[in-house]
Amino acid sequence: MQVFIENLAADHQYQPTRLLLILRAIQARYHYIPEPAIQQLAGLLNIPSTQIIGVVEFYSFFHLQPRGQYELLISDSITDAMLGKHNLMGYLSEKLQVSVGAVRSDGLVSLDNTSCTGLCDQGPAGLVNGYPLTRLDRPRIDLIADLINQQKPVEAWPSELFEVEDNLVKSGLLLEQPIQQGAALKATFKRGLKETLVEINQSGLRGRGGAGFKTAMKWQFCSEEQETVRYVVCNADEGEPGTFKDRVLLNSYADQVFEGMTVCAAIIGASQGFLYLRGEYLFLYDKLQTVLEQRRAAGLLGNNILGQGVGFDIEICLGAGAYICGEESALIESLEGKMGVPRNRPPYPVTQGYLGKPTVVSNVESFMAAAAIAEQGGNWFAAIGTEKSKGTKILSLCGDCAKPGIYEYPFGTTIQTILDECGADDVLGVQVGGPSGTFISNQEFHRKLAFEDLATGGSFIIFNSSRNILDIVNNFTHFFAHESCGFCTPCRVGTSLLKKQLDKIIEGHGSAGDVVSLEEICQLVKSYSHCGLGQTAANPILTTLERYPELYANRLKKISYEPGFDLDAALETARRMANRHDAAAHLAQVGEDHE
Amino acid sequence: MSKTITIDGKTIPFEDGQTIMEAATAADVYIPHLCHHPEFTPHGSCKLCTVKVNGRNCSACTFPAAEGQDVLNNTQELIDDRRKITQMLFVEGNHFCPSCEKTGNCQLQAVAYHLNMLDDHFPLFYPNREMDASHPDVLIDHNRCIFCALCVRASQQHDGKNVFAISGRGINKHLIFNAESGQLKDTDLDKNDKAAHICPTGAILIKRTGYQVPIGQRIYDHHEIDEVSLATTEHQHGE
Repeated sequence: MQVFIENLAADHQYQPTRLLLILRAIQARYHYIPEPAIQQLAGLLNIPSTQIIGVVEFYSFFHLQPRGQYELLISDSITDAMLGKHNLMGYLSEKLQVSVGAVRSDGLVSLDNTSCTGLCDQGPAGLVNGYPLTRLDRPRIDLIADLINQQKPVEAWPSELFEVEDNLVKSGLLLEQPIQQGAALKATFKRGLKETLVEINQSGLRGRGGAGFKTAMKWQFCSEEQETVRYVVCNADEGEPGTFKDRVLLNSYADQVFEGMTVCAAIIGASQGFLYLRGEYLFLYDKLQTVLEQRRAAGLLGNNILGQGVGFDIEICLGAGAYICGEESALIESLEGKMGVPRNRPPYPVTQGYLGKPTVVSNVESFMAAAAIAEQGGNWFAAIGTEKSKGTKILSLCGDCAKPGIYEYPFGTTIQTILDECGADDVLGVQVGGPSGTFISNQEFHRKLAFEDLATGGSFIIFNSSRNILDIVNNFTHFFAHESCGFCTPCRVGTSLLKKQLDKIIEGHGSAGDVVSLEEICQLVKSYSHCGLGQTAANPILTTLERYPELYANRLKKISYEPGFDLDAALETARRMANRHDAAAHLAQVGEDHE
Repeated sequence: MSKTITIDGKTIPFEDGQTIMEAATAADVYIPHLCHHPEFTPHGSCKLCTVKVNGRNCSACTFPAAEGQDVLNNTQELIDDRRKITQMLFVEGNHFCPSCEKTGNCQLQAVAYHLNMLDDHFPLFYPNREMDASHPDVLIDHNRCIFCALCVRASQQHDGKNVFAISGRGINKHLIFNAESGQLKDTDLDKNDKAAHICPTGAILIKRTGYQVPIGQRIYDHHEIDEVSLATTEHQHGE
C-alpha cells in the first residue's frame, strides 16, 4: 500500500488540491481509507492529517471503515422510490444477505442508500463501485447478485447493466443545432473579446443553475479584478434530485460546453479551467478526457488557441458525494481539496475564488449557451423567452409521465404545455426546481417557466394523484438533513429538527401545536442559514403547507399536547437489559380514553 | 468626516475594512455572538450575531461595514430568533449546566441568560458523545462542543500549531485532534496554549482547576455577557 500511495501522490504532483482525486483512487482500491494511508498522505502532501480525515468524513463516497469489495449504492431519490425502489432494496438485501448500511460478514459486498444519482429517467438506479446501474428490476438484481457471489470483476459485468440513455425528447434553440467545433471561438476572435461580451450581455443569458445571475455581468466583474491569475470553473455537480440534464449535455454536447468555457477564459483572461464533475458521473470521465484531447489536438485548447496567443486548458475534477458542492463557494473549497463548506460572502468568487483568485463559476448549460451566443450573437438568443428570462431552458423531466427525459423549452412556456407534451395524466402536482424549488398544485399549471415565475435549475418532477404528498415532503426533508454541511447552527440543527418534527406529525404523534412548531423551525432555517441549502431546505414543507394545510392537520391527534418522545419505545433498551417481555415492562404513553 | 453606519438608529463610525461587529464593539454596542473572537479570523457559523442590514439578514462578524448601512440589532424579532438559535445549540448537544464545571464562566450559558432563554424549547437530541481525558492537563467533553472552531483557529493563528479540526458533515460534525491515535494526549497541545482556554463552553477544560473559583463568584454570576464582552476583548474564562 505504501508504494501505491507514494506513486499516487507523485502522479498528482503532491498537490493538496488533488486530495479528492487521490482519496477516490484509494477508496476504489481498498474500499476504505486506511489509517496508515492518511498518515502517509499527510506527510506527502504536507497537510495535517485532520484535513484528510475531515474530507473523508465529509464526503459520502469515502469511508474510514472498510466497505465491501462491491460497494453497492441505491439511489434514494423520490423518483426511484416511485419506481419501486423500496421493494427492490428489500429484495436486494435478502438476495445478497446483507442489510442496508452494512457490509456482509465475508466483506464481499456492502449495501447502502445514496442521494439522487441523476438517473431519474431510467431508475430505479444505483452505483456499483462508482459506476451507474440503471433500470433495476428483479431479474437484473438476480444477475447482479450472481455476479457478485461469483466475484466477477465489475469491468467484466454485462454492459447492458451500465447502459445510460440520453433520452433526449425535445430539442429547441440549443440542442437542435450544436455549434461546429471551434465556431464560437473563431467568431469570438473575429468579433473581438469585448464585443463578444457585449453580445453575451445583449443575449440576456442568466445562470442556468437556478439562481439566475446575469452571466455577462459575472464575467465582466471577474475580468475587472486587479489580479491577473483568474480561473474558469464549470459547475457540473448536478446534485438537485430530479436533475440530469448536465449528464446528457456532457455526454453528447461536451465539446460545446468546453468551447463556452474557453470563450469565457479568453474574455476574462484565464489560463486554467476546471470541470467539477459530480462523483456520480464517473462514467463520463474517460469520454470527457477524450474530448479534451481532441480539442487540444485541434488547437482549441493549449498555449496558443487558434493562433491567437490565448492560452487555456481544462482539468476535470471529480466530487465524492456531497450535494452542497453545487454551491459555488463550497465547490471551490472542494476543488482545493477541502471539505465542501460554503465560504462567507463577500468576498464573492469573482473577486476571491479558487486559491483566492478571481473565478467565474457557471453552470454546464450556461457555458453551452454562451458558446452558441458567441457564434450566433446576442439577439439570436434574446429573441426567444420572456422579458426577464431570455432564451430556452433545458429540463430534466421525470416522475409520472409517459416520456421522461430531456426537454428544451423557451422561457415563458406554461407548465400545462410541458405536461401535455410529456404524456402526464391525472397530475396531482409538480416539483419545479427540485426539493429546493417549489411544489405546485394542479390549480397552478397556467404558471410559467421563468425566473420571474417558476425558476428551475432543470429539475421537473411530476406526481400523479396516486402519490402521497407527505411521503414526498418526507423524502426531501430527510435529503436536506443528510446533505447539510453542518457549518451553521440553523441548518445543522434546524434540518435535523425539521426531520424529527415532520416524522412526528407523519407518524401520527403530532398534536395541535405541532404544525405551528414545524412552521417556526422552517422560518428559522430559511431566514438564518448560511447558504442556499439551508435557505431552501424548508421549501418542501413550506410550499406544501401553504397549499395543503389539511394534509398536515389530518395527521394530528386531537389532544392539545403530545410528548415528543415515545415512552414505551424509550424503555426498549431497559427491557432488553432486564430480559423482560411481560406486560408490566410496558408503559402506555397516553391513556386510550384521552383520544 | 469618518464614514458611518446606523445600528438601531444610532450613528456609528467605522473604518474601511471593519466588519459590522468590529464597528459595533468599538462603539460599545453589543451584538450577541459565540463563534466570534476579536483576535481571530471571523467564522460566521453560530449565526447568533445575525443582524438586519438594509432589510437583509447578515452575520455581523463577517459582513463588512459600508456607508449607508441601516443595521437592526436589538429588535424583538432578532432577540427571539437568537434565543431559538441558542436553544438549537443546547438541544443538539448535552448541556447540563448545574453539573458542568464551566457554569458561571460559560458564554453559551451567559448568552442564553442574556436572551432570556428559560427552556430548551426544541426536543433534545441526546447524542452519544464521548470524552477524551487522555491528556495530562486538558479534558475534552464532546457533549458540550458547539463547533465554533475557536480552538481550531486559536491553535493555528495564535499557538502556531494545528491541534484541532472540525470533521464530519451535518449533525454528525465533531471535533478531532491532530494525532495518529486521534487522542489529545498524542497532540502537541500544551495547557498554556491559547487554544486550551478559548472554548466558550465547557468542552475544553483545564484539569484540576474546575472549582478554584466557587460557583457564585464566577464572571457571569455577577455580570451580564454584554457588559463583559464590551469591557474586555481578551477575557480569559474560568481562571
